[in-house]
Amino acid sequence: MSIWEYANPKKFIATTTPLIPWAFGLAGAAIVGALIWGFFFTPDDYRQGSTVKIIYLHVPSAMMAINAWVMMLVASLIWLIRRHHVSALAARAAAPVGITMTLMALVTGAIWGQPMWGTFWAWDPRLTSFLILFLFYLGYVALWEAIEDPDTAADLTSVLCIVGSVFAVLSRYAVLFWNQGLHQGASLSLDAEENVADVFYFPLLLSIAGFVLLFIALVLYRTQTEIRVRRMRALLARSRRAGTREARA
Amino acid sequence: MTALLLRDLRLAVRAGGGFGLGLAFFLIVIVLVPFGVGPGAQTLTLIAPGILWVAALLAALLSLDRIFALDWEDGALALIATSPLPLEGVALVKAVAHWITTGLPLTLAAPVLGFLLNLAPPAYPWLLATLALGTPALSMIGTFGAALTVGLRRGGLLMSLLVLPLYVPTLIYGAEAVRRGAEGQGAGTPLMLMGGITFGALALLPFATAAALRVNLR
Repeated sequence: MSIWEYANPKKFIATTTPLIPWAFGLAGAAIVGALIWGFFFTPDDYRQGSTVKIIYLHVPSAMMAINAWVMMLVASLIWLIRRHHVSALAARAAAPVGITMTLMALVTGAIWGQPMWGTFWAWDPRLTSFLILFLFYLGYVALWEAIEDPDTAADLTSVLCIVGSVFAVLSRYAVLFWNQGLHQGASLSLDAEENVADVFYFPLLLSIAGFVLLFIALVLYRTQTEIRVRRMRALLARSRRAGTREARA
Repeated sequence: MTALLLRDLRLAVRAGGGFGLGLAFFLIVIVLVPFGVGPGAQTLTLIAPGILWVAALLAALLSLDRIFALDWEDGALALIATSPLPLEGVALVKAVAHWITTGLPLTLAAPVLGFLLNLAPPAYPWLLATLALGTPALSMIGTFGAALTVGLRRGGLLMSLLVLPLYVPTLIYGAEAVRRGAEGQGAGTPLMLMGGITFGALALLPFATAAALRVNLR
């Protein structure tokens, strides 16, 4: 029993189909629960007032924006090394989800920034890095869309993903060098002395769990769709070939 | 390698277009800036380092799709790929040829255009140094982008979308070094960081470029 058995598309679909409704259901429950808990049962912050509550959307989406790229990087490496088609399709399926998460983090940040910093946008390192990440996602998706042959597209996007990861990290540090920040430090970390207070911390954890589940559910679902699209194309091509053979006979 | 380099250079010079076009584009962008922001000498001094770098970057971008496109169309690329020279070497040579025809003239022309933008006098050596050190990175990254999109019919626009985000770190360090130079601060740190990016790109990106070319030639 090895994990690579799930690289078989049939096995992948058979295994993930029963998981998807559970993942969607749990994700929905966790996010709705966390939002209700966060919006109605936690106090306002003494300085930020009720605007602090956007943290339940902003932090999880920002985390998932980066995690989605990391997942795409791993999937691209698996494709390049072991040539499992499901892996390439999973990377393709994750990209639009990552774009959405990046946009969500940027938009919720802007909505929070207007009353708090007095501006929707500042060229702060964190904000700028996210904007650059957004551009990387756009380029990745555009390359997938532009190439017709699926294997060529998978190869080229995988190479782009690896090179892009290196440059995304480089950009992060270059941007830090370039401008001083307005953005506060990390809200969550395992070793920090100061995290957000417990009242905000637990609903935030629940919300993050919900976003992780949502990401898993969406990626599994979209990967299944991609597999079925690929299958349909193959069937169409086969019937077209059969048609020409009949016409010749 | 030398033969391929000389061939590319000869083609670039004799076929025309690519060689002078980047320079002319650089000149025009620089000339347009004062029309856009007004002729105030102080404003121009303030934005000159950034504008010079962004314009050089766009000028380098302009000629990228010529790196592989012509060889791809007439099949020369497939011939080159079957030659004993490894594709990684081909990628490096192509980048060097692009740099000699684009990056080098841009670097040499930049100080003259600096006068037009009223660049602060202490910034000139830094402008030369950063462009000389940074444009090879632009050429190498661009060669990678060109290799990714060589099989596409209208790859030019897509290539800009792929390549421009990769240019971000180089641009930041380059413009920052010139700006610090203009203000008389030590600009060594960004210059060294940019050198790191350039040499890292020259060492690693030929492999990615060759991988992309192999996929496209399959």
